[in-house]
Amino acid sequence: MIRNSNAKFLFAILFTSILVSCVHVKEYQKSRINDSEMSLSSRHIEKNEQNAESYREGSSGANGGKTGGGCGCN
Amino acid sequence: MRKLSLVVIGMYLSMVHAFSQAPTDSSLYKSKKLKLDEINLVSSYYDQTADKSAVMGGEPGPRGIANVTDFANGIDLTLIGWDQKKRKNTLALGLGLDYHTAASQAYVDSNGISKNDGTRIYPTINWTRENEQKGTSFGLGAYYSAEHNYYHSIGINASASKKNKSNGEFSLKVVGFFDKINMIYPAEFYPVDSVKNVQSTDSIVYRTSASGQTEAFIYNSGQLVSNPKSHKVQTPTKPRNTYTASLSFTQIINQRMQGSVEMDLVYQTGYLGLPFHRVFYNTGKDTIENLPSQRFKLPIGFRLNYFLGDRVIIRSYYRFYVDSWGLMSNTFNLEVPVKITPFLSLSPFYRFYAQTAARYFAPYKVHSETDEYFTSNYALAQFNSSMFGAGFRIAPPKGVFINSLRTLEIRYSHYMQTTDLNANIISFNLTFK
Repeated sequence: MIRNSNAKFLFAILFTSILVSCVHVKEYQKSRINDSEMSLSSRHIEKNEQNAESYREGSSGANGGKTGGGCGCN
Repeated sequence: MRKLSLVVIGMYLSMVHAFSQAPTDSSLYKSKKLKLDEINLVSSYYDQTADKSAVMGGEPGPRGIANVTDFANGIDLTLIGWDQKKRKNTLALGLGLDYHTAASQAYVDSNGISKNDGTRIYPTINWTRENEQKGTSFGLGAYYSAEHNYYHSIGINASASKKNKSNGEFSLKVVGFFDKINMIYPAEFYPVDSVKNVQSTDSIVYRTSASGQTEAFIYNSGQLVSNPKSHKVQTPTKPRNTYTASLSFTQIINQRMQGSVEMDLVYQTGYLGLPFHRVFYNTGKDTIENLPSQRFKLPIGFRLNYFLGDRVIIRSYYRFYVDSWGLMSNTFNLEVPVKITPFLSLSPFYRFYAQTAARYFAPYKVHSETDEYFTSNYALAQFNSSMFGAGFRIAPPKGVFINSLRTLEIRYSHYMQTTDLNANIISFNLTFK
């Protein structure tokens, strides 16, 4: 359990380090960032897949989808 | 000579003036009414094989069959306009219609004769106003669903976001779902007085359904004496409310990488089980699942996307989840779209999920009659799941077959749970502009 907590802590430190090490990107430099497959949200085609997951699994949320309610799921 | 030079200079200045960029006159700006910008059609077919259904209290074998098919269809319309203050207004209208069959629903009646199919309809409306100069946006939305085992569900949401100068964006969204659940009990638990005008010598067989209304068949001396349609059972409802506050931060890290952190704070209250989920005690006696009337959920998700070279994108996602029922889970997802051409890509993906059991879960015939809360719904059991598959996407600049069909996507996935649940889902998405 302690090892698991340490792994999560290290992951959070690593992820935060990546976020704060950002450089300023100008509009004309965003051709790759603006590619539709670089989107940071779930895509339309994943909607029903996520809906099925929310019925079959006990957890939901933090993915732009439902967090509970509005359906017979948990 | 001097005259000639002056003529040449004059001609040059005229040309420079003619081709120069005239200063923008903001008074010439005109607002634009909402206009249809995009139509998305999404269809999916889901096919599941499983047993240990929640309706039969997790009973393994044929009576606990939990096979499901679901044919889901949705249309989303996006309309965009600009107001007098140069703010972008987006109106998103959606309509979904699902048809499903669930083998377990037949066993809402213990003889397996209940209706096992149903439909669900769910319209949505969302409006967003975005000020691109200030980098702010504000939105409102509403949702309605009439579903298999719900009388109805109404949802409302409000959102706001703010971009900073270093390509970051902070968003806040609050959502409320106000559900009414039809109290459709397994047939053996129907109160005797739920059907009126019945003689004391009559016997009643309920044909209950998680998909619709409950009907009572009235027999006297073994003969059906009543049209069940004239004896529809009045089904009471109970509320379930869900309140969510979603916080997210997205950041462009460099020209090839961007990431996000998203956290939901969820509070649910009301009837949080389902009335047709049985639980069998270790004595063999059965009852209806009983769960606490409150639940707090805390999921936190991290995304990191990286454009590798000119053809490969790495999409990664991790989520940690914990709730007040003792359920904890980890989800990891990796998708790698490969651009075969600039307009055609193939995206293999893999998702791994692991959860611990909720403290109120126990399998078939394990719960004790002294337990306060109990369920045998395997969605709350301990298990791991894996899902893999691939997506295909084509988006040529001149459209697919016709100019207005801008994108065609197909995605297939296979899902496996260690509870012996297996599923396949295939989805199609057409985007028209």
